[in-house]
Amino acid sequence: MKFHQTTLSNGLNVIAEINPAVHSVACGFFVRTGARDEAGEVNGVSHFLEHMAFKGTDKFSADDVNRVFDEVGAKYNASTSEEVTMFYGAILPEYLPQTFELLASILFPSLRQEDFDMEKKVILEEISMYQDQPMHVAYEHAMLTHFAGHPLGVSILGSLDSVGALTSTQMRQYHADHYRTGNITCVVAGNTSWEEVLRLANQFCSNWPSGQHERPTFEAKPVGGKKVVTKLNSLQQNIIQMAAAPTSQDELRYAAEILSVIVGDDSSSRLYWDMVDPGYVESADLGYHDFDGSGAYLTFLSCEPDSTNENLERLRKIYDQVNAEGVTATELEQAKNKVASRVVLRSERPMGRLSSLGGNWLYRQEYRSVADDMAKLQSLTVRDIREALDRYPLCSVTTSTVGPLEEIAV
Amino acid sequence: MQQQSIHTHHFPNGLMLIVEEMKDVQSAAFTCLVPAGSIFEPEGQNGNGSFLCDWITRGAGDRDSRELSAALDNLGLQHNEHIGSQHVSFGGATIATRLPDSIRIYSDVIRRPHLPEDEFDAVRDGIEQSLKSLEDEPQRKATIELRRRSFTHPWSRPVDGTLEDLPNITVDTVRNHYTSLFRPNDCIIGIAGNVDVMEMIDVVGEAFGDWQAKTPAKVTPGGTGPKRDFIQHESSQTHIGVAYDSVSYPDPDYYTAWAAVSVLSGGMSARLFTEIREKRGLCYSVYASQAAMKHEGRVLCYAGSSNDRAQETLDVLLQELKKLGDGIQEEELARCKARAKSSLIMQQESTGSRAGSIARDWFLLGRVTTLQEVRDRVDELTVPMLLDYVHRKPAQDFTVLTIGPKALEVNES
Repeated sequence: MKFHQTTLSNGLNVIAEINPAVHSVACGFFVRTGARDEAGEVNGVSHFLEHMAFKGTDKFSADDVNRVFDEVGAKYNASTSEEVTMFYGAILPEYLPQTFELLASILFPSLRQEDFDMEKKVILEEISMYQDQPMHVAYEHAMLTHFAGHPLGVSILGSLDSVGALTSTQMRQYHADHYRTGNITCVVAGNTSWEEVLRLANQFCSNWPSGQHERPTFEAKPVGGKKVVTKLNSLQQNIIQMAAAPTSQDELRYAAEILSVIVGDDSSSRLYWDMVDPGYVESADLGYHDFDGSGAYLTFLSCEPDSTNENLERLRKIYDQVNAEGVTATELEQAKNKVASRVVLRSERPMGRLSSLGGNWLYRQEYRSVADDMAKLQSLTVRDIREALDRYPLCSVTTSTVGPLEEIAV
Repeated sequence: MQQQSIHTHHFPNGLMLIVEEMKDVQSAAFTCLVPAGSIFEPEGQNGNGSFLCDWITRGAGDRDSRELSAALDNLGLQHNEHIGSQHVSFGGATIATRLPDSIRIYSDVIRRPHLPEDEFDAVRDGIEQSLKSLEDEPQRKATIELRRRSFTHPWSRPVDGTLEDLPNITVDTVRNHYTSLFRPNDCIIGIAGNVDVMEMIDVVGEAFGDWQAKTPAKVTPGGTGPKRDFIQHESSQTHIGVAYDSVSYPDPDYYTAWAAVSVLSGGMSARLFTEIREKRGLCYSVYASQAAMKHEGRVLCYAGSSNDRAQETLDVLLQELKKLGDGIQEEELARCKARAKSSLIMQQESTGSRAGSIARDWFLLGRVTTLQEVRDRVDELTVPMLLDYVHRKPAQDFTVLTIGPKALEVNES
């Protein structure tokens, strides 16, 4: 695997990791924009805009976009998070030119009014669909409560009201402000050549507007809080707790990541042995989420409503013990072995490499090979984890819950 | 398409091993299909297999639950155990050099599980909670309840069990599920990755060669469930499931049937997505899929719409399904072929998906179809073949299940 990077004259960053040993190639555009970049009255616009990209351009109609992707057999999609909107596809190497052109084109869609009106209905359906998924509802409330007063305290989808009120004029303005080369990284991974990538980038991206949209990335200092959403007919209680964690720019993020595996992976972790294995809960996981300038630990719990308080107490004890005593060398070794094989397996597919390449470049302007990731993983010590715990202890600053309970004790 | 290197080895006790050597990857994966799926559960004990999948990893051979888990983690094995209607399946993937040790450990899990009585209540508590969670998620529930009504009994059973049968599941019923059904004959192991076939035959032979064969269990097929049903739920959307008859996996029409569904729902340019989501904005999620078993097949469709628009969604969905026989364009079929080609080639980048495919192929067909063969079969399809199939087996006699605040009307004409 060989890495290449260049910056086009308009400021667009282009990176590629070429690997002749695989059968396919993945390409994607990572746009540094998401829900956190939306001013209050346009909440939901990043995600809505991602949908509108597939409605096409003056050259490609909405039907053309889906048709051409399917004609080349692309596995393609797009996603929007709090901070990144990405458009991507994996294809056989001979179809890279058409796929690249199409992906590049739809980043600058026509945003026709009739398409906007129709797609708004789809988004409203998507919001309704997620309302029927209790853990998703709990996640939205956890983020809103935990990051209240910080740009990260937003819903990605927006609400029925905020999306309902959005206008295409607001969307055009948002697009003009955020879809500029300083905010976009073009990423290619897999079986192609750097010359081909350069040719395509120059042909289809060199007329993109330059400039950058700055986002405030001050670290959140959550004061915490609680949100209880009562659904009397539910059978299970879903709970999310959040606490501060290292930021995506912090070297401690590696320690935080492996700590979350040791403490809260879905198998053979502390939460697994002390809560899932004995059948106290349906599930209990700890995840580390790194954001631009901030970070969070998220604990996900699903349990019988009546046992909620005792399970929260169990959780607190587990975290207190980890904070006080750290983790053992045996636990760390076991987690390293587990994660190392995940890294290798994921890297065997170009789509697996794409997100890692894009994320590293977007957040830190760095390239990390699979070997770099493995070396970093192997170098981690219990002292690194101790340091992470000292700066960011595991705790429950914020709690949100969805289920039959009308109150919970935290 | 790259030439595949696929080898089969039949052990004297009836165990079948299929190995695909893939020299461009670092990893290797296995899938082991044990003929102990939910169809073999006695009436009233739907859930035995699901209990067993959780219980079986709580200690095996000379390792207790934690030691077993630690050993698998140290091998970097990403593994799963799950119950299907036909099989209990065990699967794992890791760096290729660690596969032999992983298989040795799994022979303990499969042949020498402790099934400790003092952990049974914990298994029950976990399963009861996951079944309750399902009640809170109407979208997920819709798929399970649709299968339950449209497939022939006992293939229609929810593989994870049901809340109503839960009280009947005991230490004895689950142990009986294990002792009566786990056996080497009809058991299939698929291995794919950077491995040597002769070494794999040795490893699997040492681990499973002396396992004693048993008499296979019999299953008596029953009928199907109600064609119209509604489950009341205070949800934001109405979740719609529609099923109709299709062909089994070994059927000569299988690829034609697959392409017909692909015209409806393969990719975002397909009909259901275009007509229901893109042109009408009725849904976020709408799809149809080909669910083909060894003896029968169905097309299963799902759509979710907010409650006041759900009736229109169901009406348009049924119309689109029925319209397929009116005509299919060459371009629609060409897109199915392109999608098939790329997903076949990309399968060669995943040892996990290859291991699963070769094992399932052996069960369903008694042989392995090469990726080239699948591609040839798809390439030879024509629009007249698809139309002929759709006319012989039209979308009709629908099973319709909805979950939401209000029942919908089924307008079939």
